[in-house]
Amino acid sequence: MTGKGPFGRLDWISVILYALLVFIGWLNIYSTSVGETSTSIFDFSTLYGKQLFFIGLAALGIIFVLFVESHFFERFASIFYIVSIVLLLGLFVFGKTIAGATSWYDLGFFNLQPSELAKVGTSLALAKFLSDIQTDIRTGKHQLYAVAIILLPALLILPQPDPGSSLIYFSLFFVLFREGFPIYYLGILIFAVVLFATTLMFGTVWVAIGLIILTLLIYTFKKASVKIPIAPVLGVIAVSILFSLSVNFVFENVFEQRHRDRFALWLSLEKDEEKLDEIRKTIGYNTYQSEKAIESGGFAGKGFMEGTRTKGDFVPEQHTDYIFSSVGEEWGFLGTSAVILLFSLFFLRLIYIAERQKSDFSRMYGYGVISILVFHYFINIGMVIGLLPTIGVPLPFFSYGGSGLIFFTMLLFIFLKLDSNRLKDGI
Amino acid sequence: MKKLLLSSVVVLIGFTFIGRLSYLQLFRFSPDQILDDPAIKKVYDYPERGYIYDRNGKLLVGNQPAYDVMVIPREVKPLDTLEFCNLLGIEKPEFLSKMEKARRYSPRLPSVLVPQLSKEDYAKLQEKMRHFTGFYIQKRSLRYYNTKSAANVLGYISEVNEWDLKNNPYYVAGELKGRTGIEKQYEEILRGQKGVKHIQKDRFNRDIGPYKDGKLDTLPQQGKEIQITLDKTLQEYGEKLMHGKRGGIVAIEPKTGEILTMISGPTYDPALLVGRQRSKNYSKLHYDTISKPTWDRSILAQPSPGSPFKTLNALIGLQEEVINTDTKFRCYHGFYVGNTLRGCHCGGGVRDLNSGIYQSCNAYFAGVFRKIFDKYETTDEGMDVWEKHMKSFGLGDYLGTDLPTGAPGRIPDVAYYDKWYGDGRWAASTIISNSIGQGEIAATPLQLANMTAAIANRGYFYTPHVIKSIGNNGKIDPKYTEPRYTTIDRKHFDPVIQGMANVYNHGTARWVKIPGIDIAGKTGTVENYIRIDGERMQLTDHSVFVAFAPVENPQIALAVYIENGYYGSRYAGHIASLLIEKYIKGEITRKDLEKRMLEKTLEHEYAKPYSDEPFEINEYDW
Repeated sequence: MTGKGPFGRLDWISVILYALLVFIGWLNIYSTSVGETSTSIFDFSTLYGKQLFFIGLAALGIIFVLFVESHFFERFASIFYIVSIVLLLGLFVFGKTIAGATSWYDLGFFNLQPSELAKVGTSLALAKFLSDIQTDIRTGKHQLYAVAIILLPALLILPQPDPGSSLIYFSLFFVLFREGFPIYYLGILIFAVVLFATTLMFGTVWVAIGLIILTLLIYTFKKASVKIPIAPVLGVIAVSILFSLSVNFVFENVFEQRHRDRFALWLSLEKDEEKLDEIRKTIGYNTYQSEKAIESGGFAGKGFMEGTRTKGDFVPEQHTDYIFSSVGEEWGFLGTSAVILLFSLFFLRLIYIAERQKSDFSRMYGYGVISILVFHYFINIGMVIGLLPTIGVPLPFFSYGGSGLIFFTMLLFIFLKLDSNRLKDGI
Repeated sequence: MKKLLLSSVVVLIGFTFIGRLSYLQLFRFSPDQILDDPAIKKVYDYPERGYIYDRNGKLLVGNQPAYDVMVIPREVKPLDTLEFCNLLGIEKPEFLSKMEKARRYSPRLPSVLVPQLSKEDYAKLQEKMRHFTGFYIQKRSLRYYNTKSAANVLGYISEVNEWDLKNNPYYVAGELKGRTGIEKQYEEILRGQKGVKHIQKDRFNRDIGPYKDGKLDTLPQQGKEIQITLDKTLQEYGEKLMHGKRGGIVAIEPKTGEILTMISGPTYDPALLVGRQRSKNYSKLHYDTISKPTWDRSILAQPSPGSPFKTLNALIGLQEEVINTDTKFRCYHGFYVGNTLRGCHCGGGVRDLNSGIYQSCNAYFAGVFRKIFDKYETTDEGMDVWEKHMKSFGLGDYLGTDLPTGAPGRIPDVAYYDKWYGDGRWAASTIISNSIGQGEIAATPLQLANMTAAIANRGYFYTPHVIKSIGNNGKIDPKYTEPRYTTIDRKHFDPVIQGMANVYNHGTARWVKIPGIDIAGKTGTVENYIRIDGERMQLTDHSVFVAFAPVENPQIALAVYIENGYYGSRYAGHIASLLIEKYIKGEITRKDLEKRMLEKTLEHEYAKPYSDEPFEINEYDW
C-alpha cells in the first residue's frame, strides 16, 4: 500500500468515523422499525432491511468513486451541475409526489431525489468555478456568479416545496468565506437574522428605538480619537428600519400560517397560553414528542430496543428526520453526547484534510462537502432537541433513506478520493 | 481567521448541543414509569368474583354475564338507526348523543354505547349485529342473586370512585368494588387478583405487541368462594314475615356465634342494584328517608331494649348476691319513686324472681336495681359495677362482628349521668328506668340477640359473625371461635332461664307456645317518641321479643324488634315463635298464625304521624 491502487492513500480515520456513524444510524433504524414477526435483518420488506440494502448500494458507490480517475470529477464538474439542474427542472413534469413534496423520480425499485444529487453537482461546480485561474472572488461580478451557482438549484427546489433542502444550499457560502468572500457579508447576514427575530419579537418601533440607543451608546463610549462619520451610520439605521418593516410584511403576507406558527413557537411570540398550547399540540407536536422521548432517556437511556416511545412510534418520522430522538431515549445522555462528539471529530478531521489540500479545487470542494454536512447536522439535531424551528432535513448517514445515504456517501468519498490523490496533484 | 471559521462553528455547535442535551436529559430528566408511560397500555384480566353460599351450601350470590354494546366510531357505516335503537331499547336522540360522546372520546378507540344488556336483549340483538358495522358486543360479568333476600347482609358492588382510586392503588377506573355488607368486608377474598398484560402502543394508541415479551405480566388469581352463616330458608321466611313491618331480626346459633338470619324491614331485592337500572333504583332506595330500606335496622337501629333487659338486671342481682331466687318484692300495680307511683301491668302482688320475670313485673326489677346500688357506699361505685356487668354481655360497644357497619348501643355510665344531671346529683332512683330496659340504655337487635345467646350458653358468647368458611381451607379469623365470658357465674343462669321459660308456660307469651319445643323468652314493650317538624309525638310502642330454644341445648337465640308493633308478644313474639319453629322443625304447624303474620302489615301505624291529623296509639285492632 504505497499510494498504489484505489484504496492506497485513503484517509482511514475519516472512513472509520463514517462507518461508525452509518452503523450507529442503522442500529437506531433497526430499533425504531423492528417488528414482532420479522426475524432476519435482511428482510427487505422492513425499513432496516431496506436501509441495509442502501448501505450496500452506498458501498458500491464508494468503490465506483474510488476507481474513477480523480481528475474526472474536476473535469466533469460542470456536466454534473448541468445534469442536476436538468433533473431538478424535470421534476416539474415527471416528479413523483411523496408527503406533499414533488421531489422524487420513481425508478421502480428506488425513489431518486435529485436535490441530493444536486448537492454533489453544485459543490463540484462551485469549486470548479472558484478554482478557475480566471476567477477573482474579490470582484463583484464573480461574487455574483458564485452566488448564482449556489442559488439556482436552491430556487428550483423551493417550490417543490422543500424549503429544508433549499436552505441547505446556503451552507455553501462557507466555501465563499473560506475563499476570500468578504467576511463582513457574514456580519451583515447575522445582523439581518437578529433584526428579523427581534422585529418578530418586539416590533419595528422597539427595534428602531433599540438601534438609536445602541448608536448613541457607541458614540458616548467610543474613544475620542476614533472618528465615526455620521452619514453612513444614519444610512445603516434607515436601511435596518426599512428591513424591519419588510420583515413584518413578509411574515404576514409571504409566509403561510404553518410557517408563522413555527416561528411563533420557536420565538415564543404567542403570549396567549391557550393558543400556545394549541400550537404545541399541533405544529409543535413532533418537537414536543421528540423532547419528551429524549428527556425520558436520562443519563444512561432505557437501553437498546427498550425505548417505549420509540417502539410506540410516538415521535413521528422517527426513522428519518427524528432518528436522533431514539438515540436520546435508548442511549441517554451518554449516547447523544457520544454521537455529537463523533460528528464533531468527523467534521474537524474533514476540515483538517481540506486544509492540507494542495489543489484549490480539492480544498474548495472539501469545504463544500463539510459545509453541507455540518448544516444538515446543525439543523436536524437543533430541531430534534427543540433549539430550532421544524425544518425537515435528514441527519447525514443516520436517517433512513436511500437517496440521502448514497449521495452523502458519494459527496464524502469524492472528497476522500481527491484527498488520496493530493500528492500527485503536487507533482 | 477564515481558516478557523468553520472549525469554530463546528465546535460551537457541539457545545450548544451538549448543553441543550444535558438540560433535557440530566436536568429535566423525567423517567417514564411503567404505570404512567403513555406508550404502555395495561390490559387487565379479571378473575370471576367469588360465589357466596349459605350455611347449608345453597347458592346465594353468583355471577351472570352481561353484554355491553361497544362502538368504534371511525368504523361505523351508515345504518338503519331506527331499527338499531329499537333493538337497543333507546331513543334516537339518546343514541345520537352517545355516539357523539364516543366520537369525542376517541374515533379509533372503543367506547361503551349501551352498558349491560340483559340476556334477552342480547339474544335479540345478536342475530342482527352483523348489519351494524363498527359495533360489537363485549361480555362482562355481573352479580347474580339466587335469592331476593339478605340484601343488607350481602351488600352490593359498584364502580370505584375517585376516592377509592386515590386511596387504593389496586383499583383502576371502571372496576367494581364491594360497597356494603359481605361484598365489602370480604372484598379482597371475593375479587381475587386481576392479571395484567403490558401492551406496547404506538402514538395512535394502537396496540403493536406485548411489552418486553410479557415479562412483567401477571396471571389473574381466582376470587375465592365463601360460605356464610346465614340460613337461606330462614332468612327468606323471616323477610316474608316482615312484610309491611319495620324493624330488625337477628338470630344467632349460641354455641358458635354464627348469625343464622339477619333481617331488616323494609328491605329490597338485591338484584335491584345490578345492571342498567342500578342507579335509578339506588336513588329510589337511598332517598326513601321515611322507611329507609337501605338502613340496616338489625345492626343500626338502637332502640331502648325494654323488658328483655330485666333478665340481665336479675342476673346482676344474683351475681352481686343482693337477691336470691326467693327474694320478694311487692308490686302495688307499680312502684314508688319518692312519692310518685310508676305503673306496672303485671297484676300486682308479691313477686319473686321467677314470677317477676314471667310476669315482667316492673316493681320487682326496680327493687333489684335499688339493691344493687345499695350494696355499695356510693352511687358511682354501684354504677361502675352495674356497667361492667352489662358490658360483659357485649352491650354498649361495637360487638366486633364481620360486618362493615354497626352501632354501639349505649350503657350509660357515671360520666354520662354526671354530665346529664351534675356530679352527685343523681342516684339509683333517678335512673330507675334502666331497671326495666327503658331510660338511657340502647341496644341494637344484634346486641339483644347476642345477649340472649349469652344467656342460652349460661354465661358466655362468641362474637357474632357471618363468615363460615373461606375458599378451600375454610379458615376464618380465630377471634370468632374464642368464647367471651360474661361476669356472671354459670349457676345464676338457670333460675333466670326458668323464669324465661315460664314466660311461655304461664307468662306474657303464653299464647305463642310451640308444641313440642321448650322456649325461653322475654317480651318487651317500648315506649317511643318521634319528632316531626319540632313536635314531639308518642307513637305506638315498639314490640320486642328475645328468645332461645330449646331451653336445654339451645340451637337458636334471637331478638325480634318490630317498630310500633305494640306489646311484645303481639308481633315480635309471634314472629319469633314462627322463626324458631321453622328453624328447628323445618315446617310450621300453626298455619293460622303464620297466615296472619304474613298478611298483617303496620303500614297504617307508620302513616299516622305523617297524616297531619291527631291519632290514637296502642290500639287493640288485633
